Amino acid sequence: MPATIEYAGKVSRVESAAAQGENLWLSLDDLTRTTGWEFKPEGLCEGDRCVPIPPGRHAEFLRADKSFNLAAFARHLGQPVVHDDRHGVWFFGDSAASRRDGLLSLEAPGFTLPDLDGKMHSLADYRGRKVLLLSWASW
Amino acid sequence: MWQGIYDELKDRNFTLISVAFDTGGAEAARPFIRPAEPIEIAPPISDIMGWELADIQRAAAPAYPCLIDEQHIVAELYNMTNVPMAVWIDENGRVVRPAEAAGASDGFRSMDRATWAMPQDVAANGKANRHRYVEAIRDWVAKGDKSEYVLSPAEARSRIAAPSETDALATANFRLGEYIRRIGHGADAVPYFTEARRLNPQRWHYFRQTLELEETGKASGPDFFAAVDALGARPYYPPVTLKGTGK
Repeated sequence: MPATIEYAGKVSRVESAAAQGENLWLSLDDLTRTTGWEFKPEGLCEGDRCVPIPPGRHAEFLRADKSFNLAAFARHLGQPVVHDDRHGVWFFGDSAASRRDGLLSLEAPGFTLPDLDGKMHSLADYRGRKVLLLSWASW
Repeated sequence: MWQGIYDELKDRNFTLISVAFDTGGAEAARPFIRPAEPIEIAPPISDIMGWELADIQRAAAPAYPCLIDEQHIVAELYNMTNVPMAVWIDENGRVVRPAEAAGASDGFRSMDRATWAMPQDVAANGKANRHRYVEAIRDWVAKGDKSEYVLSPAEARSRIAAPSETDALATANFRLGEYIRRIGHGADAVPYFTEARRLNPQRWHYFRQTLELEETGKASGPDFFAAVDALGARPYYPPVTLKGTGK
């Protein structure tokens, strides 16, 4: 069945995902397309980084039809996973640990957002200046 | 309000980036960024916000970037839990002051909720608090790393509350709700917004934003004030220690 997946800021539509309770099974191609992770003998890899499948728990993550349980893997990484079955939407958030590391690094995280006219601005555009980043809201 | 400070400091390698945590998008934020007419502000609002009327009533659109953050992503990334909050980022992209109240204080808790009038000493303290924060910014722009308001890495880190797993889940629920609302199913988003509030009631931006999505004005209504009252002696805007210890 179709599913919409938001992972690391990317929204993808997958035509044939298998959602079963808290599990979300994707083909290996869809896994890579939606998340960037590639399934290899060493585990799931992205660039130089590989995360092994926990020993003895292979069946939680990989099925005989070579579909992969992205939801179980994300939880293994400590990511929050929430889904709405009515609309077939799965949201994978950043783990508390990765957010903590980012904040404590004191490197200002990048972002790209539109202004009132829809023109996009990135924090990186202002590198080289002191930036006072201010939040407000109409409410 | 910040346009005056921007005008004063912009030629000294400084910019302001304002980010509206507005799920209602440009439509919600526009009247405040680019008012069709000069804003009529009643004097009590000046007391509540801590700014002089003349600063609030500037009619021209700000010259600095005013960005619209429908998903409250900057709140997540920078650990901002409320508005107005500020983060200071130096020329090398380093955070020299992590998220803190931007000159805002808890004075509004003393106001008369019917008339919005505030005791004058409270109003004066609020304005003084705002002035001190602006002075600190001026000092930073003038002195850079030598400013006593620039925090050492150790001190900056000590002011960062590490997000918990519950907080990460609160964010995920808000983001899922925001997506469902965006694709046209606002009613179906409500359980996720409710869950986000339940998981981290200290994220005032989720609390007030989701109330406002339920009903215009609700973010400043009785539900909001009940939550503020429930704080008791705890602050709504945690007080800011301006000067770094240098350690």
